[in-house]
Amino acid sequence: MAYRYTIQHHTYTFDTLTTLLAKASPFRSGDALAGLAAADYKERVAAQLALADVPLRNFLLEPVIPYEQDEVTRLIIDSHDAAAFAPVAHFTTGQFRDWLLSDEADTVTLRKLAPGVTPEMVAAVSKLMRNQDLISVARKCEVITRFRNTLGLKGRLSVRLQPNHPTDDPKGIAASIVDGLLYGSGDAVIGINPATDSPAHVLTLLHMLDAIIERFKIPTQSCILSHVTTSLQLVQQKAPLDLVFQSIGGTEKTNKSFGINLALLQEAWEAVLSLQRGSLGNNVMYFETGQGSSLSANAHEGVDQQTCEARAYAVARKFSPLLVNTVVGFIGPEYLFDGKQIIRAALEDHFCGKLLGLPMGVDVCYTNHAEADQDDMDNLLTLLGVAGCNYIMGIPGADDIMLNYQSTSFHDALYVRKVLGLKPAPEFEQWLVKQGIMNEGGTLLPVEEKHKLLQLINQ
Amino acid sequence: MKEIQKPIVQTDPWAALKEFTAARIALGRTGTAEPLQAMLQFRLAHANARDAVYAVFDQQRLLQELRSLQQAVFVLHTQAAGRSEYLQYPHRGRRLLAKAADELKSFNSTSYDICLVLADGLSATAINNHAIPVLKLLLPLFEKYGLSLAPICLVQEGRVAIGDECGSLLRARLVAVLIGERPGLSSPDSLGVYLTYQPVPGLTDESRNCISNIRPEGLNYTAAAEKICSLIRESLRLQLSGVGLKDNTTALPGNEEHG
Repeated sequence: MAYRYTIQHHTYTFDTLTTLLAKASPFRSGDALAGLAAADYKERVAAQLALADVPLRNFLLEPVIPYEQDEVTRLIIDSHDAAAFAPVAHFTTGQFRDWLLSDEADTVTLRKLAPGVTPEMVAAVSKLMRNQDLISVARKCEVITRFRNTLGLKGRLSVRLQPNHPTDDPKGIAASIVDGLLYGSGDAVIGINPATDSPAHVLTLLHMLDAIIERFKIPTQSCILSHVTTSLQLVQQKAPLDLVFQSIGGTEKTNKSFGINLALLQEAWEAVLSLQRGSLGNNVMYFETGQGSSLSANAHEGVDQQTCEARAYAVARKFSPLLVNTVVGFIGPEYLFDGKQIIRAALEDHFCGKLLGLPMGVDVCYTNHAEADQDDMDNLLTLLGVAGCNYIMGIPGADDIMLNYQSTSFHDALYVRKVLGLKPAPEFEQWLVKQGIMNEGGTLLPVEEKHKLLQLINQ
Repeated sequence: MKEIQKPIVQTDPWAALKEFTAARIALGRTGTAEPLQAMLQFRLAHANARDAVYAVFDQQRLLQELRSLQQAVFVLHTQAAGRSEYLQYPHRGRRLLAKAADELKSFNSTSYDICLVLADGLSATAINNHAIPVLKLLLPLFEKYGLSLAPICLVQEGRVAIGDECGSLLRARLVAVLIGERPGLSSPDSLGVYLTYQPVPGLTDESRNCISNIRPEGLNYTAAAEKICSLIRESLRLQLSGVGLKDNTTALPGNEEHG
């Protein structure tokens, strides 16, 4: 069905809801590349004005990708919780925005709402919102997950310790782990992107991380970010695997390009649950996403990149993950051109994920072919700290020497915790205090030369 | 009485661990911040990487070296007219200019086991520095195992998927694209290799296998050449590539190198 809006005797027509969503999206290079962006500023605002009048119910009646054609659409429609949706079912998208910002929409209300909203609804409303709106609403959401610690509590900010090494050298990885732990990072997960997806090799790394966590009694979990089929193979061999990782997208075709589908994720989820390695909870999946992945795989089906991204969260939510993060600036300038676009996209992703009930983290990052630098990342990091982001990445000096991009450093994590009064996950915080790494006020302490973590290497 | 000045920067007593990694560990701190020197070193590295993105393919020298390796070469250009277009419109870097495609068509290839593509990607510096040393080790391995090689395609403003068109037009059973990876701060010249069995335009990532970080400080030339060759042989034997092709046989050489 067509949507229209008239400004000064000029009527803008948007043939489908999919087109309307795309044209209403704040400008980004990926939508321009796909030929989906609004032609000019005015058309974009016309689309937003038209979108504001669209009833939320329409998103259930008019899927952006046909039900018969796409299993992600089927998942969204089939798993929609009508009872949870009821309190907002009578709203237009514009009214939904105003209501989300009202005091009535508090933490508990938003938690109950989560299963009742779809990716398209949250994507749509985000397009009507300014950055401060995205921050205000996300800050009200609280999504708590557990494996060996408690992640996502208000007033806490966790860090994935990302000790990547270009050849997966165990001592090189261990050196970065020691560095990160002594700087107070690692409560979200100690997660390695392996240089090569070889099962034998991943197994070596899994044993190494398991031994470190066990030896120092660290209340955290490990993950090797290999393909789900590799993890599945290793789970079947009873490897010490805490979390199954997978990159996911918001269309069936995107997921096909990643070599996955929902059934495969289900199989891996059930397999890793059977290992029962979590001591506090059973959130065992770790997903990464990022705007532009669908277009990159030529699998966006005419849907704008932010809506595709929100649809990926429907895939994530099916498997009650411990961690989800958008690797927002990794994909490159053809999708998110500069610091401004990266910052906007990160705030949208964090907002959409949280509203859908996901434990959202953000890889605050950029590549060397994007128009961005550390100042942009400082801005984004601070905004996400205010927005209540569950976790960020921690990489020595913000420089990932394996994946060749810049993210946030252990120092950055200390900075944002300090200026905003945020603390690590409670169990990890206690461990840091016990290890003499941090005092109870959250200040990092000078490390003694004979600190036992330093004995991890060279013994 | 002379006052002893306390150092402002808090140093980390694990600087010795830098022996094991090029990661920016043991930077020390002032409050929660990085010390100034560490910050400026980072800024310098970022400047190097930014410059690598805009580096130029060293065509004359590469051609000379390939000829001295007795290789026939096609010099091809994609539909991306320059760097700026390449960065903003990736699909143009995935298709050959009509003229280039015609050149490959009119070669009338009968068929080969392997098509090798050298593409500048996001760091022409990587190809300039590492492509020839890798080929010098790789070509004898192809010969040893009796694998036939199509003329090498040297592609300017090329992305990974350009291999699909090259390999398909040259009727190769498999294409291996050597390409400059996205430059990192510590690695402005890292080389990647992407293998695709039965290349044909339109394939996506799940059809490929990747070997990354080829450079002396990463995966060294010898190990890289052996790994490329063994994956190629496995791919040709199993008649597939991508997630179905697992690299169960080879271990990375990192442990011995650094430990």
